[in-house]
Amino acid sequence: MKTVVTTRLAAATLLGAGGAAAGLGLAATASWLIARASEHPNMAALGLAVVAVRFFGISRGLLRYAERLVGHDAAFHALADLRMRVYRKLENLAPAGLPVFRSGDLLARLVDDVDSLQDLLLRVVPPYVVAAVVTGLTAGLVGILLPSAGVLVVVAALLCATAVPALAQQLVRRSEARQAETRGELSTTVVDLVQGAPDLIAYGATSSQLRRAATADAELTRVARAAARTAGIGSGITTLLAGLCVWGVVAVGIPAVQDGRLRGVLLAVVVLVPLAAFELVGGLPQAFATLERVRRCRDRVDAVLDAAAPVHEPPTPSAMPAAPYSIRLRGVRARYPSGRLALDGLDLDLPPGRRVAVVGPSGAGKSSLAAVLVRFLDIEAGTATLNGVALGDLDGGDVRRVIGLAAQDAHLFDRTIGGNLRLARPDATEAELRSALAAARLLDWADSLPNGLATEVGEHGARLSGGQRQRLVVARVLLADFPVLVLDEPAEHLDTEAADALTADLLAASSGRTTLLITHRLSGLHAVDQILLLDAGRVVEAGTHAELVAAGGAYARTWARERGDFIRPG
Amino acid sequence: MPAVDPRLLAQSRVVRVLLVRSAALGVATAALVIAQAWLLARLISASFEDGAGLAELRDPLLVLLGVVLARAVLAWWVEVMAQRAGTRVKSELRMNLLRHVVGLGPAWLTRQRTADLEALSTRGLDGLDGYFTRYLPQLVLAVVVPTAVVAAVVTQDVVAAAIIAGTVPLIPLLMWVVGAGTRALTARRLATLQRLGGHFLDSVAGLTTLKVFGQARAQADLVRRTTDEFRRETMGTLRVAFLSALVLELLASLSVAVVAVAVGIRLVGGGLDLSTGLFVLVLAPEAYLPLRTLGASFHASADGVAAADQAFTVLRSPLPARRDGAGVPRHPAVDLRLDEVRVTYPDRAAPALDGVNLSVCPGEVVAVTGPSGCGKSTLIAVLLGFVGVDSGRVTVCGSDLGRLDLDQWRRQVAWVPQHPYLLATTLADNIRLGRPDAPDAEVLRAARDAGLGRLVDRLPEGLATPLGECGAGLSAGERQRIALARAFVMDAPLLLLDEPTANLDGDTEASVLDAVRRLADGRTVLMAAHRPGLVALAHTEIRLDRPRVVDRA
Repeated sequence: MKTVVTTRLAAATLLGAGGAAAGLGLAATASWLIARASEHPNMAALGLAVVAVRFFGISRGLLRYAERLVGHDAAFHALADLRMRVYRKLENLAPAGLPVFRSGDLLARLVDDVDSLQDLLLRVVPPYVVAAVVTGLTAGLVGILLPSAGVLVVVAALLCATAVPALAQQLVRRSEARQAETRGELSTTVVDLVQGAPDLIAYGATSSQLRRAATADAELTRVARAAARTAGIGSGITTLLAGLCVWGVVAVGIPAVQDGRLRGVLLAVVVLVPLAAFELVGGLPQAFATLERVRRCRDRVDAVLDAAAPVHEPPTPSAMPAAPYSIRLRGVRARYPSGRLALDGLDLDLPPGRRVAVVGPSGAGKSSLAAVLVRFLDIEAGTATLNGVALGDLDGGDVRRVIGLAAQDAHLFDRTIGGNLRLARPDATEAELRSALAAARLLDWADSLPNGLATEVGEHGARLSGGQRQRLVVARVLLADFPVLVLDEPAEHLDTEAADALTADLLAASSGRTTLLITHRLSGLHAVDQILLLDAGRVVEAGTHAELVAAGGAYARTWARERGDFIRPG
Repeated sequence: MPAVDPRLLAQSRVVRVLLVRSAALGVATAALVIAQAWLLARLISASFEDGAGLAELRDPLLVLLGVVLARAVLAWWVEVMAQRAGTRVKSELRMNLLRHVVGLGPAWLTRQRTADLEALSTRGLDGLDGYFTRYLPQLVLAVVVPTAVVAAVVTQDVVAAAIIAGTVPLIPLLMWVVGAGTRALTARRLATLQRLGGHFLDSVAGLTTLKVFGQARAQADLVRRTTDEFRRETMGTLRVAFLSALVLELLASLSVAVVAVAVGIRLVGGGLDLSTGLFVLVLAPEAYLPLRTLGASFHASADGVAAADQAFTVLRSPLPARRDGAGVPRHPAVDLRLDEVRVTYPDRAAPALDGVNLSVCPGEVVAVTGPSGCGKSTLIAVLLGFVGVDSGRVTVCGSDLGRLDLDQWRRQVAWVPQHPYLLATTLADNIRLGRPDAPDAEVLRAARDAGLGRLVDRLPEGLATPLGECGAGLSAGERQRIALARAFVMDAPLLLLDEPTANLDGDTEASVLDAVRRLADGRTVLMAAHRPGLVALAHTEIRLDRPRVVDRA
């Protein structure tokens, strides 16, 4: 892919240089033609100039057209490469490395900054190439005819290319940095306003949130207005330098003609070629301002690309052991990315076919245990092994082919029901999709939809109810048919009857399959082989349902309360 | 497409002022261009033909210097003015858009892709920069400068004036033809761009899930394919768009060439003098330059025009009828009554609620139960005024809800939704959402009442800790409890709870149930409930069986 970009860029540069040269050629031959004609020569003496004028007139347009097309194509190829690099990097960061960035910023970074980088190829490089070619040719042509005029052209062009942008840069740098910051602020406010609209409306807080947006907008507007002055200064000074250069050439040209150092007929060429040249380099101040903006974007993209991965992949992963799979954790300690201790000396045995339930209050470390098992979180102390091989020595992707997770916050994609299911198994048949839906008690509902499995679920599954979303997540993980299944609160968002029914269904469907079920409801747990009660990152009670109830500890108390709920007063 | 979008003109006085000022500056620019050409022609011919020296030409040289300075100041000022006006218009449009979106309300928002709206109101409108800073001023110059140039040239050489006057109008004509041809393509490209934006965000948001299923690589390929599709789509547009630029460039350069040759031939024959010839040669390209630049800026502004188009489409969506009516006195205790209420969502065939009757007395705690999808959440949306009823009647405190000022009504309602949205601000500000002036002590008490004590103690800055976007880093239970804390601070006479304990584990549930019991005391409460613990708090249970009601226990 890299070579596609490079060759196209080289071609675009050549074409741009050719177009610029043709523009100068037109000015030079046309002015010579007129000056020479005023000496009343015979027409044949002008023939070549007439042809040259027309040739340059035509080739300039054609070369420009080709340059723009090839240049844009190169830029888009480069953009695709960069998007892939950023995406791959984010893939390494997910999920533990991701909360570091806020999602609105993520979007701004990926779409805005990455897209802005193509401006480097479209709006920065070509004007500089054209400017360099034009300056060289103009200075050469004018300098041969009248050296002092050539010096003037070189000085003015260099000032245009260096001093003016350097001046503008100082002014622009401040405002652009400020603009990016306020832009992020505005973006966050707008996201809150649009996505949080129901909550804001219900709590009568829309006007204060609109005020926040207005403040961010006013700040952005203020910064942008200040930036306008500096952009204007750039083009003002460039216009001034161009005008002064032409004026200077006239001023040195007139005595030179008087002295006989310059043939009179060439004075028009010496004056009019720089005039045309500056028209061709007029885009430089804008190019420089763009360069400054692009540099900021690149810094932020680099920040994403340089972020440390939260999980360390082994340089040479051990070979995956073969089925059946047995998981063993001893004294495992792990931390959240925030540094807080999530697991603190946890033991777990998950031999083949064993079904273990993990219960405990929120914050006890249940979800972190799930993250450790699928290699989303590194352990800090203790051992975690799969068939005796340390999890940390295995490739994360390999581990996740064996240990599947239905996470609490599993994402539903803006696709159809079938499309979301097929994520688990792209080659699944319709019948397999239907049986997965049936296992999650979602088939009747899916069949009642006019479009069936082809129904779009919307952004984040917004067109489904909370329960339907959860069941679809469960159906998807069942379809994947992982040898070891980690279910993190699969019955979340369901009413108690449905939740207990789903738990029962899941336990039936997973019979004989190695399963770790994380739940806060105790109903149905008599069917599992072992229950672990977690608190503060370690196991505080372990045993079967009957044993734990008989033990009369925290589990028994929670069970009593849960069961007591069913005896409704009145 | 009209040269100037009339909706933008109507939208903002700023745009109209900008056009007038641009016209004035355009006339001044044209005058300076002509003066510069005339002075250069005079100076060159005086030197070449008459052998004049610096001393004799001092005055025209000084005037030329003045013209050069004036052009520089004008170039600076035009840009400053246009950019300032542009930022003002974008700001106006953005705030109008946001106000309108909020006014359209939750029912309208659920049918939109929020990412599109966010992109439109931030980066989308930035596309208008090209329109204001380049297209509009250039449009004025494109009218003023060629007219002035032809007028100046015709006084010197009728033939050259005729060539210029004959070719210049061809350029806008061609632009119109090409513009009409590319318009549909540009609109399609914007749609592709937005689909791509949504697709990329969706992919990034779902990265964890993609990794779980080993699909992250496959999705990467999809991202690449989508980007490639974007490139092909855009290149297709550009090939046509740049074709128009090619025709313009060719026409402009060839006309200059023709003028040069025509002038040259008559110079040879003695029909013209050198000064006139040079004057025409310097001016001829100036007649085409603004039009050529306009061609480029026309395409640079196309994105912005399309974005403005989308903004105006949103702005044209009719707002729900504004009830000026019936203020709502603050009732210490609210009662509710629904008679034969029927609600159908616009994109659904079956009604979400059909023939629902129920009444809630002041101070009564009612649990609405029933299977998922039976309309419990819709019932709450109706009471919040998020969703209008097709038929039937909702009465609150003896007044028809349909006639009340909804903002005032909502001040009496505290709502704990199933999926509360957390703002990217501090924990405290999230909790005091309904009462921004609530003191810290009250916020802290509400947090503890809602079972957030452990969270507050854990967070580095306690209540003042900023929450990540969408409450990143918080558990579902914690998010739910923040919503409960909001209701505590709000202290409203009517409480609408949408399964507030659904995400809580047993022990926390018990403490939250206590809190809900305290909160319910002396208030009217309607709650969608699954869990027995919550239902047990209610005086009354109403079973809502889809889609009809109602069985009162």
